[in-house]
Amino acid sequence: MSVERLEDLPLVTGHGCFVGDVSFQHQLHMRIVRSPLAHGRLKTIEVAAACALPGVSAVWTANDIADLPPIDFREGPNAKLAPFRQPVLAKDYVRYVGEPIAAVFATDPYVAEDASELVSVDIDELHVVVDAFAPPTQFVGALMTEPTICRQGYGNVTAAFKNAAAVVELDLSIGRHSGVPLETRGAIGRYDAARDVLELHGAAKVPHKNRESLARMLGRSTAGIHLYESNVGGGFGVRGEIYPEDILVLVAAIRLGRPVKWLEDRREHMIAANHSRQQRHRIRAAVDGQGHLLAIDDEFFHDQGAYIRTHGTRVADTACGILPGPYRLPHFQANGHFRLTNKTPAATYRSPGRYETNFVREQVMDAIARKLGLSRVEVRRRNLISPEEMPYERPLVALGDEVVLDSGDYEGLLDKALARCDWAKLEADVLRRRSAGEYVGLGLAMYVEKSGLGPTDGVRINVDTDGVIEVITGGASVGQGFETVIAQVCAEMLGVNYRKVRVVHGRTDRIEHGIGAHATRATVMTANATVVAADKVRAKALNVAAQLLQEDASKLTISNGKVVRADGVGAYISLGDIAHHLQPTSSTRGDRNPGLAAEGWFTTAHMTYPYGVQIALVKIDPGTGAIHIEKMLIAFDVGRAINPALVRGQLVGGFAQGLGGALFEEFQYDDRGQPLSVTLADYLIPTANEVPEVDILLAEDAPSKCNPLGIKGAGEGGVAAVGAVIASAVDDALGGKGLISRIPITPQTIKAIIDNVET
Amino acid sequence: MIVEPRRTLVDVIRDDCGLTGTHIGCEHGVCGACTILLDGEPMRSCLMFAVQAHGRSLRTVEGLQQGERLHPMQEAFIRHHGLQCGFCTPGFLMLAVGVLEKRPDLSNEELLDILASNLCRCTGYENIIKAVRAAAASMKAQA
Repeated sequence: MSVERLEDLPLVTGHGCFVGDVSFQHQLHMRIVRSPLAHGRLKTIEVAAACALPGVSAVWTANDIADLPPIDFREGPNAKLAPFRQPVLAKDYVRYVGEPIAAVFATDPYVAEDASELVSVDIDELHVVVDAFAPPTQFVGALMTEPTICRQGYGNVTAAFKNAAAVVELDLSIGRHSGVPLETRGAIGRYDAARDVLELHGAAKVPHKNRESLARMLGRSTAGIHLYESNVGGGFGVRGEIYPEDILVLVAAIRLGRPVKWLEDRREHMIAANHSRQQRHRIRAAVDGQGHLLAIDDEFFHDQGAYIRTHGTRVADTACGILPGPYRLPHFQANGHFRLTNKTPAATYRSPGRYETNFVREQVMDAIARKLGLSRVEVRRRNLISPEEMPYERPLVALGDEVVLDSGDYEGLLDKALARCDWAKLEADVLRRRSAGEYVGLGLAMYVEKSGLGPTDGVRINVDTDGVIEVITGGASVGQGFETVIAQVCAEMLGVNYRKVRVVHGRTDRIEHGIGAHATRATVMTANATVVAADKVRAKALNVAAQLLQEDASKLTISNGKVVRADGVGAYISLGDIAHHLQPTSSTRGDRNPGLAAEGWFTTAHMTYPYGVQIALVKIDPGTGAIHIEKMLIAFDVGRAINPALVRGQLVGGFAQGLGGALFEEFQYDDRGQPLSVTLADYLIPTANEVPEVDILLAEDAPSKCNPLGIKGAGEGGVAAVGAVIASAVDDALGGKGLISRIPITPQTIKAIIDNVET
Repeated sequence: MIVEPRRTLVDVIRDDCGLTGTHIGCEHGVCGACTILLDGEPMRSCLMFAVQAHGRSLRTVEGLQQGERLHPMQEAFIRHHGLQCGFCTPGFLMLAVGVLEKRPDLSNEELLDILASNLCRCTGYENIIKAVRAAAASMKAQA
């Protein structure tokens, strides 16, 4: 049900608590000195002048923290990739503009910034690698620019190509984008010497996982580190990973004996927080005479930037595992060249590996249609996996999980989407308008998303004597409405108003385990765990009520926070009163465990796969090359929507980010590795003027087979195929010749194509 | 209040006055998260020094609610799911309230143009626009 969110009241009244709003008495402020060069040998770092500035407590370089290891991978040690990890502060070499070189600690943030400008760094500039497509070469020391190749595949691709009736071959690129949340990163380290507990405030996304990584890196037990999530001003994959600054505030809090606060400024965010997306794919597809896919062979080049961060090779691995999408594909091979360049390191951004490969695969489908003279709808229809083939196992891996498409009626959703927008009429309109000289085009993209990454998640539910329910989860909120959705699920199980439910998340001191909010997993995993725990609480409440009301428990139910007879007759008892009877000292408790409380766990073997269809109608202004979106449809099946308004919000919001990547956003570099997109005036996030109204067709035709609630996540379904559908539509507007080979599609590209065609 | 001349208005509002509802998103006047009303006009508080506000009237998001009663703009944002993470929300609220108090009869196109001066990374704007239109109607009805 689309109820209003529990999160909203503090957020609209200015009472939210974001990381910048957290402060502690006597805190110091940290400022990072960053590399101005993309590659060089660090000769000297002069800190004396900075240290002499009144208010400065310390200035650290790599020598001051020589005992700290580089930043670890989230999933644990990986010997092969270990040499490519990022040090907390640069040692001997700098590898990208923005790399932390020194940390200044001062009593005031303005003073810290002044002092950082007094740190003088002498660097010998070295050769710069900015193109991940160039042949592997020496990067730094003995390290090469290609740490590894991510390979996945099955069947016999070579033989399949020999038997093909037709082959299409494309060379496609995706620009460098990132989540760019409106709130920049921040971290506050605090050491409580009395209890020997180290605290990190401003945590997000994966607090429990990060606690484990931090414990490993800092040589502390997990019991001696706690992470605290505050409001998070947008996650999108980049926020909540462990970065150098997180380590620095923690170590400084211990060594300097005062809380240490760091807030990122916007320029820093653009050059220091994870980038994402940039890949070039050289892809070939073999088909039979009817357009059935026989094989895909994809050689791609992943621009990782200067270091391998917490995710390891996850984005390139996912790209391999998810590329085939909703289509039957007998033979497949993907080789992802994982390449280092002198740019800001890359990792995940909402729909990682899918935004890229959906663009690539759907361009291939359009090319096949063109080659065989089929319609773009028909070529897709012929290749879609049918509902009868579900669950559909694919010998591929995504996010360390074997790909098993659990449920879906892909063709059914395609038909619904075509009917909803009246595709036939749109096609006729486009033809008519084009013959009148307009540049208009229709785009179509189909895709499979993934969600609900396991393996397991738990919650604890406790009902207090006022009947207020606390759900303590290992999940996290990145602003998506997590509290509301979990409260709704719990409230339905316990027969209470959802406003009576308080959802606790992102706190390692309240629950031992958790996997947080990433990979569109939070609702799927935590909601199902909530059902398990709430079911136990319900049974316990009914059991106590049966004794007190002298009724058979099977005749009782919970309504409006009270246990009543299902037929509504007779006495009742509130959940708060039952909690009272279950207090440790209560004589009516009997031999039951104290408390109206229970713990519940949900474990899943596989991810669940929602799926979608996106359709766009665009118009190009041939004079300026500007692209205007006249119509946009997203049809998406989430199995079951707990709060449809929030699902729509996720899809529309995701669409806007995808549109940015399709048309506007790109981190550009010059040939010396200098970043050219360091403000929000260079890196163009769509505004209200650019984002069209989006028609959302929310389908619930294929409930998940992986969890009792039947739900699939919606967090990444809006963004995933926007690059694909916009490219398809723009290409169609330009005559359907396959002229779009790269996103973002800039007005300059369009103008050049039009001018070229006209001359 | 005595402030250092170089301190920005938004820093003083947040750190010296303790009103942390006004947010900092870019510090270069593009995102609008720090929008406040200065003598009733929407203004980016990251682009001003605090001393420039000397003697002038400031209104921040904390001033919208009257006692227990939410401002119609706040109510509309909740009802129309006009926020997700909520970081840009105070800026949008102040922008919309400031503009509509002066010009209650803005056309939809004018409103869209004005809302395009602030950035949101979560909602895709659709629900923000719906909320502001709904609030414009209730503000007019209450006036």
